[in-house]
Amino acid sequence: MAKDLLKLSGLEIAECIKNTEVSKDEVLSFFRKRIDSIDPRIKSFVEVYSEPVKTLGGSNLAGVPIALKDNICIKGKRISCASRILSSHISVYDATVVKRLKEAGLLIAGTTNMDEFAFGSSTESSCYGPTRNPWDLERVPGGSSGGSAAAVAMRLVPFALGSDTGGSIRQPASFCGVVGFKPTYGRVSRYGLVAFGSSLDQIGPITTNFIDCAYLLNVICGFDEHDSTSSRKDTPDFTQFLRKDIKGLRVGIPKEYFSAGLDREVESALKEAVNIFKKQGAKIVDVSLPHTEYAVATYYIIAPSEASSNLERFDGIRYGMRKDASALIELYKKTRGAGFGDEAKRRILIGTYSLSSGYYQAYYMRAAKVRTLIKKDFEDVFRSVDVILTPTSPAAAFKIGEKTKDPLSMYLSDIYTIPVNLAGICAVSFPCGFTRNNLPIGAQLIGKAFDEGTLINAGFSFQQETDYHNKIPVINM
Amino acid sequence: MVDKKTVEYVANLARIDIREDQKSRFTDELSRILEYIDKLKELNVESICPTRGAFTEENVLRPDRQKKKEYYTDILNNAPASEDNHFRVPKVI
Repeated sequence: MAKDLLKLSGLEIAECIKNTEVSKDEVLSFFRKRIDSIDPRIKSFVEVYSEPVKTLGGSNLAGVPIALKDNICIKGKRISCASRILSSHISVYDATVVKRLKEAGLLIAGTTNMDEFAFGSSTESSCYGPTRNPWDLERVPGGSSGGSAAAVAMRLVPFALGSDTGGSIRQPASFCGVVGFKPTYGRVSRYGLVAFGSSLDQIGPITTNFIDCAYLLNVICGFDEHDSTSSRKDTPDFTQFLRKDIKGLRVGIPKEYFSAGLDREVESALKEAVNIFKKQGAKIVDVSLPHTEYAVATYYIIAPSEASSNLERFDGIRYGMRKDASALIELYKKTRGAGFGDEAKRRILIGTYSLSSGYYQAYYMRAAKVRTLIKKDFEDVFRSVDVILTPTSPAAAFKIGEKTKDPLSMYLSDIYTIPVNLAGICAVSFPCGFTRNNLPIGAQLIGKAFDEGTLINAGFSFQQETDYHNKIPVINM
Repeated sequence: MVDKKTVEYVANLARIDIREDQKSRFTDELSRILEYIDKLKELNVESICPTRGAFTEENVLRPDRQKKKEYYTDILNNAPASEDNHFRVPKVI
């Protein structure tokens, strides 16, 4: 039994439970044993629940365990965002995605590691220490949803949820060789997700394949009155796009994503991916997104501005830790000085600076205008293509410690994922090859707003022709 | 670009204590980051409308109704200090 479960998707495990080939308890204890024996080496979990969170209903995925990034509220459970400042905070309500998971009968198995408040691309800024990439323990799993991606890659859970503000689902998915989907802004409720950049944040699934991805999107997407930016657009049944038919699909290849700075091995894996799409009948179109080079600069004004405002609430009065002082302002300063890590401080300082009197026009306002140009680039290109294919990251996973001394180099590792968040559209990273050192390479498909279905269709077709997503890392114990 | 004084000024606005030994590091890092961000000045954006959110759907309003205080105790339990159903803070006046 044990060997089979490892090779099954979440959907197949749910089917086995339904057919009584295996019980829910057997599934749980199988993954629990895997976590206990393997996770001490990769440290992907923050907390593993001794009993999974109670469910309220059923669905195609009922009985399957899932892990959640530690920035999503689960009522009665600890939430920390991997920050000292929240330390022992207990969520007082369920995030809307948690409510939906419970109603679908999924079993929440625990919470996963992340960069502090999702500020980072490597999971190294976590107050618990870094998660390791299961393909090479000396390397980062990517970030900020590095714990979720590493756990799924290692099959410690069949799937997990992450959050994506500038690539935090897709980049770790790419580094760990799994599928990471960032839905269109407004598709998934942000209620109960600890806010980072409120105009950019979106929760999404991390899975091993596109079938589980479509089924999980069915569970978590949909209008929610608790999120004022939640879209009222109808949610399609995403599983109807699981067809191997992409004849005539117009795939745009933006030249700006294949220029200087792209690793050779990543480039050749992407070329191979283009060939696979071509072989299946897709039409390849050269396109241009001329403002791509301004995306990282734009993002590092907008995201820290929103973050500095969102993190004002952590003041030592209502949450987590407090450093006592005789005056209120001193209490704020001491608490925030001791509670936030370096990257959180850096981003709060950048954000506060760009929103401060005298700099607002030059920084925040200018960035908000460039954001319009970046968004328009995509609108223009999507007049002539259905999807855009790019690398997810300029290179495969980097070494632990390699970029921590140079924040700007860390920021630039998200150069291909950030534009999608600024435009609010949807995108997915999926495995498309391996480097000579056996590190996964990720390809990114970008779609029009609310056109997740076409991405699922294209990704599913790709996985019918390839086997990269079935590879499981081997860790010598 | 950014000097130590600016870092101290912004840290005060953000209500964050920064250790003396960290100030010069933050000054260097912030200077480098802002220098990179200055790239945006290459573009003429005078006539461009700013984008503040991903999609401009209409304003979302709901009736202002009184609700049960269902989370009251749980919220106070999370506070570092509380007394008589209130958050406790140092003397303000």
